[in-house]
Amino acid sequence: MKSLIFQTASRYLLPLLLLFSVFILLRGHYLPGGGFVGGLMAAIAFILYSFAFGLKETRSIVKLNPRYLMPIGLAICILSAISPWLVGLPVMTGLWYDEPLQLIGMVGSALFFDIGVYLVVIGSTLTIMFSIIETI
Amino acid sequence: MELLLIFIIGLLHAAGIYMLLRRSMFKMIIGLILLGNGVNLLIFLLGRLVKGKPPVIDEASKVFTEIYADPVPQALILTAIVIGFGLQSFAIILIKRVYKVLETDDLDELNSTDEEI
Amino acid sequence: MIFAVISGLISAAILPIFSRFKKDLVPKLYPFIPLGIFIYLASFLQHVVSEGAQFWSYSWIPSFGINLDFRLDGLSLLFGLMITGIGALVFFYTSYYLKEDKYLDRFYGYLSMFMAAMLGLVLSDNLISLFIFWELTSISSFFLIGYKNEDDSSQKSALTALGVTGFGGLVLLAGLIWIGHVGGTFSYTELLNSSEILQNHQSYIWIVILVFVGAFTKSAQFPFHFWLPGAMKAPTPVSTYLHSATMVKAGIYLLARFTPLLGGTDIWNWTLIIVGGFTMLYAAIHSLFRTDLKSILAYSTISALGILVFLLGIGTEDALLGAGIFILTHALYKATLFLITGIIDHETGTREVTSLAGLQKIMKPVALAGYLAALSSAGVPFLLGFISKEVMYEASFHFGSWAILLTAALVITKIILFVAGFWVGIKPFTGSLPEEHKSAKMPSPLLWVPPVLLASLSLIFGALPWLLDGLMQSVFTSMLPEAPEIHLAVWHGFNWILGLSLITLAVGLVLYYTLKPSKKLIENVKTFDRIAPIQLMENIAMSFQGFAEKWTGFFQNGFLRNYVITILLFLTVLAGYRLYDGVDIHLDWNQISQITPSEFLVVILMVTSIIFALVTKTRTGVIVALGIIGLANCLFFLYYSAPDLAMTQFSIDILLVLLFMLVLFQLPKNRSFSTRKIRYRDGLLSLMFGSLIAILALEVFEAPSYSEVSDYYAENAYILAKGKNVVNVILVDFRGIDTMVETVVLVIAAIGVFSLLNLNLNPKSKD
Repeated sequence: MKSLIFQTASRYLLPLLLLFSVFILLRGHYLPGGGFVGGLMAAIAFILYSFAFGLKETRSIVKLNPRYLMPIGLAICILSAISPWLVGLPVMTGLWYDEPLQLIGMVGSALFFDIGVYLVVIGSTLTIMFSIIETI
Repeated sequence: MELLLIFIIGLLHAAGIYMLLRRSMFKMIIGLILLGNGVNLLIFLLGRLVKGKPPVIDEASKVFTEIYADPVPQALILTAIVIGFGLQSFAIILIKRVYKVLETDDLDELNSTDEEI
Repeated sequence: MIFAVISGLISAAILPIFSRFKKDLVPKLYPFIPLGIFIYLASFLQHVVSEGAQFWSYSWIPSFGINLDFRLDGLSLLFGLMITGIGALVFFYTSYYLKEDKYLDRFYGYLSMFMAAMLGLVLSDNLISLFIFWELTSISSFFLIGYKNEDDSSQKSALTALGVTGFGGLVLLAGLIWIGHVGGTFSYTELLNSSEILQNHQSYIWIVILVFVGAFTKSAQFPFHFWLPGAMKAPTPVSTYLHSATMVKAGIYLLARFTPLLGGTDIWNWTLIIVGGFTMLYAAIHSLFRTDLKSILAYSTISALGILVFLLGIGTEDALLGAGIFILTHALYKATLFLITGIIDHETGTREVTSLAGLQKIMKPVALAGYLAALSSAGVPFLLGFISKEVMYEASFHFGSWAILLTAALVITKIILFVAGFWVGIKPFTGSLPEEHKSAKMPSPLLWVPPVLLASLSLIFGALPWLLDGLMQSVFTSMLPEAPEIHLAVWHGFNWILGLSLITLAVGLVLYYTLKPSKKLIENVKTFDRIAPIQLMENIAMSFQGFAEKWTGFFQNGFLRNYVITILLFLTVLAGYRLYDGVDIHLDWNQISQITPSEFLVVILMVTSIIFALVTKTRTGVIVALGIIGLANCLFFLYYSAPDLAMTQFSIDILLVLLFMLVLFQLPKNRSFSTRKIRYRDGLLSLMFGSLIAILALEVFEAPSYSEVSDYYAENAYILAKGKNVVNVILVDFRGIDTMVETVVLVIAAIGVFSLLNLNLNPKSKD
């Protein structure tokens, strides 16, 4: 599938799709979207790129092996879940920064939780797909 | 419309079970996926169908001011879809491996494979 | 107090470590544990007699109402003294009896554990802790019966005993929980106030049945008696301790304990009279057909337990008093008889009563103990047995219109027990000493002092019964709160009861001289073994196993599809019947939304692709169909206000199709193996299942919807969680823990795929 058009398109699609996935992730608390969908979008972006340029090329853009995203994401989830506990509130209590930030909006523990989900979804999806592509 | 959806749910379940009962491993996977789709739709339907009112609160207000779609089944289905994907991909890879190692996809021939591997 | 109860458990727990270093010390030190507790308990005697019950409370699981509450009243004190007193003697006795045994330390561990469990059982005030100790006694007795663990019949007996008593314990638990439920508390002392409520409750009869099953299994009442003779496989000290003096009396204890709570009704009294009466006669007659000393004792023990149940059933003042005295009497003389049986076995190597005689020439003190115990069992004046027998006869003799029948049964039983007691306690010691036992020696004092001590207690209490007045008064009071004052005495004057006693003694003596134990008698009863309960239980167990094998073989035939078919058929038939029985579908057309042309198109698309997926022969075709089904699903989500779902479904659909395409040519072909007939069968089944689901969906859809949960989430999404997309708020906030676990599932799937693909499973590399 290494056609020129596809390669050229993918080159620009990757950053666009990634940006879009982050956008979906961040707005998830207010409008349709969230960690699951965002993560899937990002994974699709990488997979498209790997179709166009091959797996090796794709891996060279992201130095981190997608496998490691899974534990990182899970750790973020767990940390955001127990962080209220550290300040003496029940586990999973929403903690929020008072003022909304530029671009991102309200920042709170739920957002970090969603980011964790996002990373886990990217990690596991890419692990599945990449290891399949590798064995072909 | 609900009646048509119910019909489709029944059809998906029937087709899924039928495929699940086949001896070919490939067909089993197909059955699994069809069944998953059917169940998702079933849960969705039981949350009642509401048109054009996503469970998202208006920009201006703090609570819902009008009727909205039930968010709980949606949350259920959302995770079900993602986990379903995990399960299905695992199953696909599993039969791929089994097929490669044993060179058969007839389930009845898998009954006594312990000594063959 | 808690230390006294659990010290046995503690010493059993430290035993493995202790015995590693000082194995020889174990038999020397451990007997002092029961002795110490005995002295400790005896120090309460004065308090209990003068002030009534003493209480100790330790909280355990207060949220369930389960506490380690201990209650020491007359009944528990009597049992506690028996447990620790006879326990101490048995502990000393064992140290010599099993001297050469290599697992002696283990034996002490089991014995201590049992003692602790038994103490806890009789002292517990809380019903649940009572049950726990109850089961602990069953478990520790399992170890003790199966002590000779290389012996097949020992194993079998141990299993039977555990099976019967453990089963009874579980039934008892149900009864106890029920009592707690009806009475509102698990505390026995508090329940005493609500015996009216319990007895008038509609489930009273069930409670009584459950408690009875528990008590009868433990105390070996017909038809659960068969485990006790088998349990005699245990070493003699165990038989002495568990199967005559303490454990088998736990059931009696329970019945006596619950007499003020549940007793006094017709069902309570008559069940006990019938079961106890039948058991005492049945087992007494059985004991005449045995020649093994321990078997004779086993059956006479069952018979004595039957007498106790019978007395509790009669339930009058005299009967309860008689039961209280007989508990002690029986423990004293039966333990003595067991101990001397052990000595005879130890010194001569046989327990066959036919071959034993004249041993008094060799072991005078043992013979003395035997005579005293046999006389006490027979009920000769100036022995404790006489007093208990008098009170017993008094009780049955004054029991209304049935008095004659009940008294006759009791007298016959006592006559037979007279003979059985003489066979064990007197026959081996009198007459001329046979040649083969000339070499027997006088045993060590550790062996003969315990039975002599117990036997002399029978004599002391029998001759000076007022010594027991205080203890028996408080025992009596704990069974009957308004008990009259008692004065035990040997002489009651000339009356009918004395006449009955004389008849018993005379007939017993005549029978003893005319009836000789012999093997022939055993042969005669063997023919009835087929219908004996133990045989029935074995048959039931065997046929149950055979049935289970057939059943498993039929359903678990190794074909996964068949399991699915079975499950589906069952489900379809069950739910189908339910629908046929009472479904009421009436469509509310107002609820149903219009069909727009675009939606209709999607439906058509979906149906077509499902059918295509079913019939197509190519792999690519199926995958394309699946992709279209997913997309159609996605459109449905979009139409009906679920943008999140639509997006997720869309991405997953893409991923799934990509994944399929990647591995497509490594997948097996899309082939059919089944015959046409099987395909029609499966098709029919799946159509049935599909329509079932559709009908169920329709029914649920028609039912009014309850949406408290959704409303709660929707209302609080912004207020509590500061989010406006409720689906997302549920995922990351309200049900965040669920989501976290779901992501873990995803991670596991990914790891699974990764390791499957990198797993080296090349069949050729093995060759």
